[in-house]
Amino acid sequence: APEPFLGHFMVFMLSVVIGFYVIGNVHHALHTPLMSVTNAISGIIVVGALLQVGHAGKLWVTVIAFIGILVASINVFGGFTVTARMLEMFKREDVKR
Amino acid sequence: MTLSLTLVQGAYIVAGLLFILALAGLSKHETARAGNRFGVVGMGIALVITILAAVGGIDAAPLGAGGADRPGSGWIGLGLIAGAMAIGAAIGIWRARSVEMTGMPELIALLHSFVGLAAVLVGWNSSYEESAYPKIHDVEVFVGVFIGAVTLTGSIVAFLKLSARIKSAPLVLPGRHLLNLGIIVAFVLMTIAYVLQPYSAVAVRQTLLGAMTMLALFLGWHLVASIGGGDMPVVVSMLNSYSGWAAAAAGFLLNNDLLIITGALVGSSGAYLSYIMCKAMNRSFISVIAGGFGVEAGSSAGG
Repeated sequence: APEPFLGHFMVFMLSVVIGFYVIGNVHHALHTPLMSVTNAISGIIVVGALLQVGHAGKLWVTVIAFIGILVASINVFGGFTVTARMLEMFKREDVKR
Repeated sequence: MTLSLTLVQGAYIVAGLLFILALAGLSKHETARAGNRFGVVGMGIALVITILAAVGGIDAAPLGAGGADRPGSGWIGLGLIAGAMAIGAAIGIWRARSVEMTGMPELIALLHSFVGLAAVLVGWNSSYEESAYPKIHDVEVFVGVFIGAVTLTGSIVAFLKLSARIKSAPLVLPGRHLLNLGIIVAFVLMTIAYVLQPYSAVAVRQTLLGAMTMLALFLGWHLVASIGGGDMPVVVSMLNSYSGWAAAAAGFLLNNDLLIITGALVGSSGAYLSYIMCKAMNRSFISVIAGGFGVEAGSSAGG
């Protein structure tokens, strides 16, 4: 396999291991917020579409990338906002106790 | 204005670290809100540097061979990006603010489908990019689009089930496991056929890519449709994991380490979280991810 691919694969494997360990002892009540924040973060796919939009050449590449940016942005902004709202709810519950 | 590749990579490393801190923060109550903020800051850094790089172009000269200069998309690119992001942000924030607390899981499911859709679109777009390693690139296109498409329809079905727009009982098609297996075998065969096609055979390549996308869309729909409503929380978590793998595949496709790091983080933590959730609910992990594999009729909670 070519060199760049192997380098990327190393990065990939290490990240898989980190992702596995970093949430090791997640509290039961935090399952949904954790899911929500990882969902927001996976909106990082927008980076791919950002680099594809607006270049000279095929118009439809830009059209597709535009839609890609739009839907991924919904995910990024919506994901972080909804996570913040969930955590706000926990805070109020703590105060009540 | 051209950015040096070193600067872009440096910013990506910082963003990747912030995402790890975000996940770590979210596993404890005391640090959860800080964790979310780390995520926002990491995303902000990643978006700003990528937009600058996309608009101004990347100067890869210091790296010599291996990195090619990328021209920027200029003011037109900036306008398009600003427009698309403004619309997306407005819709996203509006939905996230207006959703009822009970509707949050279904909103998350719907958001996953957007990641899947974006992955499919990015994959289609990059199938026409010239690559120094065309065969590996072809495989990456197929894997990326496949995972993205499965995530897309799977998430839509999960959303419909959670919001009770379709009935939540598991769909039982005759020979459904054979069907799933057949689709995966067909995917592998189509990937091989795609890789063997020369770049000049545009029509054949497009047909293969389109047909594979349709198959993957069907697989995503079928996988989640065969799972009962009671297992939907685990399924949503699993789809979260898929959306991460889709982002990682896009990272391989675009030679982008940030996408690979973030995608792999989300993918593995999502898979592990689904496993924890399954254990908490006393459900078999394998049976949930494989679309009701080995589940006798009626054993699902039905929700």
